[in-house]
Amino acid sequence: MTVTQPEQATGTVFRIDWVPGTDRLLGTCHCGARGEQEDPALMWDWLLAHPDHG
Amino acid sequence: MTFVRNQWYVAAYATELGRNLLARTILGEPIVLFRANSGRPVALADRCVHRHYPLSQSQLVENTIVCGYHGFTYGTDGRCVAVPGQQRIPRTARVTCYPVAELDSFVWVWIGDPDRADATLIPRAPWLADGRYTTVAGMEPLAARYGLLVDNLLDLSHETYLHGGYIGTPEVADTPITTEVDEERGIIRVSRRMADAACPPFYAQSTGITGRIVRWQDIEYHPPCLYLLHSRVAPAGVLPSPDGTDPDGFHVEVVYAITPSTGTSTYDFWAVARDFALGDEAVSTFLHDSNRTVVLQDVAALNTLEQVVAAEPPGLQELSINIDTGGLAARRMLARMAAGEPAPVPAAAR
Repeated sequence: MTVTQPEQATGTVFRIDWVPGTDRLLGTCHCGARGEQEDPALMWDWLLAHPDHG
Repeated sequence: MTFVRNQWYVAAYATELGRNLLARTILGEPIVLFRANSGRPVALADRCVHRHYPLSQSQLVENTIVCGYHGFTYGTDGRCVAVPGQQRIPRTARVTCYPVAELDSFVWVWIGDPDRADATLIPRAPWLADGRYTTVAGMEPLAARYGLLVDNLLDLSHETYLHGGYIGTPEVADTPITTEVDEERGIIRVSRRMADAACPPFYAQSTGITGRIVRWQDIEYHPPCLYLLHSRVAPAGVLPSPDGTDPDGFHVEVVYAITPSTGTSTYDFWAVARDFALGDEAVSTFLHDSNRTVVLQDVAALNTLEQVVAAEPPGLQELSINIDTGGLAARRMLARMAAGEPAPVPAAAR
């Protein structure tokens, strides 16, 4: 049996990685912009402000 | 909490429907479900137009429901075909007929504008009706708003504390997650990959693994209703082959359908499909009983939380931390959908 892969992503994906060994969150917008936060609500605010990431 | 209309919701398991009348309330709408003579599933409003008697407490006669109060008789399209004592059937005598689809062992009902019902929008859980898997399943009614169950399932770190001794181990809460929001397709993914974790009884007893494990939890939430957890366990150090085959891994597809009933109650459909110990009744019984126990632990906690939340003033501040990244994403997407923004485009339509 094969491992189930989640559905293939489209081009409009916001991604947040919790950086291992830290409390930091690294956000990556589908436009390529990247930013860091320590609060997930602020991280989503920053990402979803696309294209105005500031 | 606001409902998301113009969406498909799981109303029942296909096995629940027959020549009986099944009552379910979905998004506040009372619905009666049954199978027509042909076997086709039918969903009608569960209130007679006359005095609003529940049709689910009436009689199914061939392809009609005869109201148990005064005999108003409805066809499978919801149209009234007979009223007592007179020839003329009032023009407005019909009950709502809901679009229905039977897929992957579920009966899905469209709640909203029937002209927008498109069965290709239904997210899939193919393992539940696939002979290469053995599935156990159930449904537990929850006396809590559906958003509490969404929060619960999107943050599995609670397994460590609420489900210790069943599916929780310390590594679940300790392992960082990756979260993705696929805006176009309307999917939230949360991934937690544990390289060296204790094996909880749920997996130790069902797979026979005695030592530590690799444990992957890949969540795929298709809001509002379908939640998939692709779970992979294997002895520590054992990974899939580069070509994706995984002969030494154990795969469990955990499926939840989160169907709001009223503003403070929810149907918690759950299923566990595995690709090992196929047909083994002892393993099936163990996984069924264990998962039901876990679900009932969630039900007890969320029922308590509903009482707390209902008594709080609106807008009371919460505190979110990293483990909540997926849950916050789900809340945002549900709020946007409830506000009436366009539904995501199904993969097949692109």
